[in-house]
Amino acid sequence: MTGAREEILARIRRATADLPATAVAVPRAYLRHAPGVDPEDRTAVLDLFAERLGEYGAAVHRTDAAAVAPTLASALPAGRAVVPRGFPAQWLADWSGTALADEPLLTREQLDAADAVVTTCAAAIADSGTLVLDAGPGQGRRAATLLPDLHLCVVRADQVVSAMPEAIGLLDPRRPLTWISGPSATADIEMIRVQGVHGPRRLTVLLVEDSDVSDA
Amino acid sequence: MSRTFVGWPAFPEAAAAATHDERLRANVTRATHTIRGKRARLVAERPDWEDLRDSAAALKDDVLAHLDSYLLQVEEQVTAAGGTVHWARDAAEANALVTALVQATGEQEIVKVKSMLTEEIGLDNALEAAGISARETDLAAAIVQLGDDLPSHVVVPALHRNRAEIREIFVREMGRHGRPAPDGLTDDPPQLAEAARLHLREKFLKARVAVSGANFLVAETGTVVVVESEGNGRMCLTLADTLISVVGIEKVVPTWRDLEVFLQLLARNATGERMSPYTTTFSGVTPGDGPQTFHLVLVDNGRTRALADEVGRQALRCIRCGACMNICPVYERTGGHAYGSVYPGPIGAILNPLLKGPDDPQTASLPYASSLCGACNEVCPVRIRFTDVLLELRHQVAEGDAAVKHPAEKAALRAIGAVMEHPAAWNAAVRAAGTAGPLVPKNRLPGPLGGWTDSRSVPEIPKESFRSWWKRTDGGTR
Repeated sequence: MTGAREEILARIRRATADLPATAVAVPRAYLRHAPGVDPEDRTAVLDLFAERLGEYGAAVHRTDAAAVAPTLASALPAGRAVVPRGFPAQWLADWSGTALADEPLLTREQLDAADAVVTTCAAAIADSGTLVLDAGPGQGRRAATLLPDLHLCVVRADQVVSAMPEAIGLLDPRRPLTWISGPSATADIEMIRVQGVHGPRRLTVLLVEDSDVSDA
Repeated sequence: MSRTFVGWPAFPEAAAAATHDERLRANVTRATHTIRGKRARLVAERPDWEDLRDSAAALKDDVLAHLDSYLLQVEEQVTAAGGTVHWARDAAEANALVTALVQATGEQEIVKVKSMLTEEIGLDNALEAAGISARETDLAAAIVQLGDDLPSHVVVPALHRNRAEIREIFVREMGRHGRPAPDGLTDDPPQLAEAARLHLREKFLKARVAVSGANFLVAETGTVVVVESEGNGRMCLTLADTLISVVGIEKVVPTWRDLEVFLQLLARNATGERMSPYTTTFSGVTPGDGPQTFHLVLVDNGRTRALADEVGRQALRCIRCGACMNICPVYERTGGHAYGSVYPGPIGAILNPLLKGPDDPQTASLPYASSLCGACNEVCPVRIRFTDVLLELRHQVAEGDAAVKHPAEKAALRAIGAVMEHPAAWNAAVRAAGTAGPLVPKNRLPGPLGGWTDSRSVPEIPKESFRSWWKRTDGGTR
């Protein structure tokens, strides 16, 4: 295979011999924050986040730290839900379903048979209504958030940034990241949007608005 | 063996057939107009859209100018993260590599995420020849595969099919490749999507090997980025034990931060969404999460040929959003198959001749599959100047091997070449044209020149040539 590698690199060097060796100057005049929203105005950022998630067909429940458990219990049907390590147990206090730990690792069939999965997230982006999971505490491995048909994600208000350029620096590219913008969907048939194909067909977000909202 | 574009007729012939297919035209028109409208609304909400385009074009130009060092960085980072990097000069080498990697696992059926590169190199057929069934899992790609059809769009490969056709394909074919379509399946899109979910779910749960492409490859971190909507990508990228990503060498972006540019452009421009439902990014292997064996196959297959073209190399900035075909008046009327390639529309009209060289009549016909209206220039997220490249490629075709030229152009060039070399003959010919003017048919020129008048009227031929007018009036002074 060394032959192919060396030959491709040599072809590239020949093909680009006319170009200067210096780096191309990259302008970066684009916005760092969501258009039309003051990133310091936390209420506006959270409103935008909830609105954009809603446009994708995700269910959004705005709550506060004291009311996470009852809100979760009303938003998550009683059934079998995968609960990753690190997901705060007190948030499940009012829920009457069965929690499935992914330890030892559940098989694909067991994950597929679960009704739901509950997670936290690593970051969230208001402008595009995006949740980012990095497989950290409370988020589980990637397969666990994929096979169950309902994904409920708890987002702390302080995790929500206004736009993509703010989020990218918060994330570690060496971790496996899943960026989720609404439930799975397709428009492959006559460009008609159908919600729910292979990934979770329902996405529910609990947005926990706390101290950083009260001072907004 | 599935259908391929090998031996496809040149564009004028294929387009003539396509434009007479009323169902096809209706399907393509409906789809392209829908996406155009969605895209326009989403682009309009970004006051910095032009700034994002400037950044994206410059980033890609930087990658192309230093592609050797960026690829070495990719190799170093992916290897450090536990992956294995392979290099393939052409389609045959890439297919042989992937086939050997799959054979090493002993698996007979694998799952695939939609990848235009693997369509370009004909990977599914190569695997089939080795006794390996590669099942497409993107809904549109699955429609194309089940229907033994060819892709007609880079984002929505089954854009040329309507719901009734899709239902018929599912009912007829799903049972031959796994779980049959549900009884009583109608052509309601949610029902069709549900049928695909059920058919493919058993394949996802069984699959041990997956093949993907990539939207972006981050040099700084060795990160592979896959953007998708349905979750079929996540299934393949996450559930398989062995993942093989087959990626064109031009897919590199320099740094992790640069994704903030491309991820804001891609979905808006491709499908009229702020973000596609799912984006997966991963670097090599993560213990305990996802595939534990990862192969990255870097493919040239003509890209270095395109890179050597000073005007044409900008085509390698392309991020395959499909906006150029959605806006193109030619694509709207012919659909994608007329271009005889997995890359149709304006990008196909420039990329195919650049990758392959305009040495056969089919490829040589593509730079002419354009009215040069320039709408593609305006929607391109990486500012490819399609019209500049089209003109340059027409020039190359005209200057190049006479065998691939349009017959009329060839005859005309031969005749005019002889006449122009002799001023006396030129003057005589021009005088004769003025005299013959009233005799020239107004609607259709005879013989091989008829191609010109199929879509145009013959201009009025002046009775007197410019040179003779100049001589008679002494430059207009008499």
